[in-house]
Amino acid sequence: MATAQTRTLSRIMMAPAVIVLLIWMIVPLVMTLWFSFQNYSLINPMMTGFAGWANYIYVLGDPSFTQSLVNTLILVGGVLAITVIGGTFLALLLDQPIWGQGILRIIVISPFFVMPPVAALIWKNGFMHPGYGVLAHLFEFFGLEPVDWFNQYPLFSVVIIVAWQWLPFATLILLTALQSLSEEQREAAEMDGANAINRFYHIILPHMARSITIVILIQTIFLLGIFAEIRVTTGGGPGYASTNIAFLVFRTGILSNDIGAGSAGGVVAVVIANIVAFFLMRAVGKNLDA
Amino acid sequence: MARNVSTGTKIGFTFAAWAIALLLFSPILWVLLTAFKTEAEAIANSPTFLPQNFTLENFSAVQDRSDYVKHATNSILVSVGSTLLGLAIGIPAAWAMAFAPTKRTKDVLMWMLSTKMMPAVGVLIPIYLIFRDLRLLDTVHGLTLIMTVINLPIIIWMLYTYFKEIPVDILEAARMDGAELYNEIVHVLVPMAVPGIASTLLLNVILAWNEAFWSITLTSGRAGTLTAFISSFSSPQGLFLAKLSAASLLAIAPILLMGWFSQKQLVRGLTFGAVK
Amino acid sequence: MGSISLQHVKKSFGEVQIIPDISLDIKDGEFVVFVGPSGCGKSTLLRLIAGLEDTTSGTILLDGQDMTKAPPARRGLAMVFQSYALYPHMTVRDNIAFPLKMAKAPKEVIDQKVEYAARTLNLSSYLDRRPRALSGGQRQRVAIGRAIVREPKAFLFDEPLSNLDAALRVNMRLEITELHQQLKTTMIYVTHDQVEAMTMADRIVVLNAGNVEQFGSPLDLYKKPANRFVAGFIGSPRMNFVDGPEAAKHNAHSIGVRPEHFKLSRDPLANAWKGKVGVAEQLGSDTFLHVHVEGLGLMTIRTDGDQTFSHGDDVYLMPDPTRIYRFDAAGIAL
Repeated sequence: MATAQTRTLSRIMMAPAVIVLLIWMIVPLVMTLWFSFQNYSLINPMMTGFAGWANYIYVLGDPSFTQSLVNTLILVGGVLAITVIGGTFLALLLDQPIWGQGILRIIVISPFFVMPPVAALIWKNGFMHPGYGVLAHLFEFFGLEPVDWFNQYPLFSVVIIVAWQWLPFATLILLTALQSLSEEQREAAEMDGANAINRFYHIILPHMARSITIVILIQTIFLLGIFAEIRVTTGGGPGYASTNIAFLVFRTGILSNDIGAGSAGGVVAVVIANIVAFFLMRAVGKNLDA
Repeated sequence: MARNVSTGTKIGFTFAAWAIALLLFSPILWVLLTAFKTEAEAIANSPTFLPQNFTLENFSAVQDRSDYVKHATNSILVSVGSTLLGLAIGIPAAWAMAFAPTKRTKDVLMWMLSTKMMPAVGVLIPIYLIFRDLRLLDTVHGLTLIMTVINLPIIIWMLYTYFKEIPVDILEAARMDGAELYNEIVHVLVPMAVPGIASTLLLNVILAWNEAFWSITLTSGRAGTLTAFISSFSSPQGLFLAKLSAASLLAIAPILLMGWFSQKQLVRGLTFGAVK
Repeated sequence: MGSISLQHVKKSFGEVQIIPDISLDIKDGEFVVFVGPSGCGKSTLLRLIAGLEDTTSGTILLDGQDMTKAPPARRGLAMVFQSYALYPHMTVRDNIAFPLKMAKAPKEVIDQKVEYAARTLNLSSYLDRRPRALSGGQRQRVAIGRAIVREPKAFLFDEPLSNLDAALRVNMRLEITELHQQLKTTMIYVTHDQVEAMTMADRIVVLNAGNVEQFGSPLDLYKKPANRFVAGFIGSPRMNFVDGPEAAKHNAHSIGVRPEHFKLSRDPLANAWKGKVGVAEQLGSDTFLHVHVEGLGLMTIRTDGDQTFSHGDDVYLMPDPTRIYRFDAAGIAL
């Protein structure tokens, strides 16, 4: 409700934001689509012209694509499993009456603020290095053979690093949701004779369901684009063992200078992200009027 | 309201929670401790917990060898610059959507959010080529522009949810009291929204500071931010471990402090207002 | 001066017509109350006068000057909001001074006027507090203070008492009435409470579904309601309505009798309505009886507090023949 004057004014006030985002959304996306149907390689500038589906056939048909797709799914799925289950557990624990709750919150959230390359480097050199990493020392202490994590289990190692970064996020959001559950509701359940496990399944879990959905969706958006952690630790290798779609596009388009094929991979990444985005938008949109 | 539990239970929970929290914190603790060790101590076969020969030389070495200050300056310029630019564009837009909504406001908000869903790799190549042709590659202002655009939806959303909590009555009262739009915004809206604007600013500085994809792909030596700078350490030999820790500590410490400070508002920002 | 004139004012939000067509003339210095059930358009009408909403068509004149398109800041009106709408980041002093600062008044004038308003409203000792440190009644007075200092052409009140508790509401009602007698400035007051309307107004506008049902003095409305809606809305407890053959005896489609216009007896009366007492609400000064009358339904009767009736008592009701209101099929008074 407002007057015509305020409405005109509000259009003017919104214009810069709308224009900037409109350009950002349309121009590069149209270019990516265009390139994906072109022969365009910076290595071989003689080859130009319309390529038809060739780039898509090349990208989708290459074994590295299949492997990257599988790796992406493992990466996203693995991190989601660890962070959601671990986050629920941690949130429940932090919500108990404990000493130093405020400080604990701060300690637990900390890994989230560590920039991805630093997180990757700490784990790579400080913890997972087969020679002098903390884990190697621990293994030796128990008389075990140290593991060369990034060569033997490259994808698993990346999953661990990323999960470490995102576990705090899941915990913080689930804890916030948990704390919004009214004490009265819990007490009512207790009065009704529900034990701790019943309370968890019938009161707490349904209350947290929406927040868990949101955690999953938001994390998925970010996890699909995991890049720095791979670049800094394994470089996508050995071979393609730890290359995800995002890194594959980077490898093809920027490192190998094949703009056409890289763009085709980019379009595929957009399609995958849109499927996730569709569900996220519905979850967030429902809450808009509340 | 505190639930009544026995002291024994409380001790148990406290112990478990602290154990897990410290385990999660241990990589950061490792950086903190190693940064003050000598290189020899850092890779010693019998590892130490606390630094035996406390030293600050790693920090000066980092500065001498790779010019930490330059990269930190770039990080500050990009993160603060993009956030301020984002607020300048975002505050008017959020005012309009919160206080003069139309039937389309909800759609516009959702559309703005959807631009955040676009995977960076989907547009990496055109942006890279555009930047190359416009000579924006490896420039601070080029990266600032990108950072502004990618965080703009979050800025607008956060401001929108904060503005929505201000009763429109109060702005109307200002209008009745003779205030024109400028006075309404400067004397009434902004002072009331200061906490919201401050936490929006803080979260976006954090996000821009830690952004790794665009800063790694679009910058190298000259305009490199700390994320790009740290990434260049990706294959250090053993002798660099303590220096790497010192560099890492310098890169994460300011943001860690800001993050602790703003963690209460963080949830709302990161979930686009869906969880408060 | 502060006369307000609405000429064929219409307002719709999209397809929804809130105010079909209203014309009103409010005289300078008058205390006019807009009353009606929720959703009747009374607040919208007030916001149109304030300039917080645009009219879809029609003209609004303030002191004879066309202000239809003027923004609120230029209309020279002051408004007291239901939520008080105080500026939470300012002290009471700054709240009251805000309109004067916006008008760029010199500092001495501001100080003097704020002091005066604070004294009038018993706020002098709270001037340096923030609104959140005040009680509901005090906040209400700050909101009024902020309106007074502007010396507006007219005051607009949007249900200002609905957030106060019952005792305070009666108090503030008196204070606002007294203020009006002191300032003699035009006031428009919106409420859904007909008691507020009856006690405060010089003239009342009864609104229903965006239409003016009647515009007149409180006693006019009570004694000569223009239609069944006004008759039912004004007066407490509500008027009793009877349709059908009983109304036909009076050559009307329906008739209405106020609860206070009955003769009540335990013994049979000629031509009286026979009924059984349901609930008896004893207020001390009065007693309200809810009587189930055979064939006519539930009637509310007001009687003096000394009469004691209880559930199930048989009673006979005789409407005062001079005080029977008659309505035609469209609900218009005959």
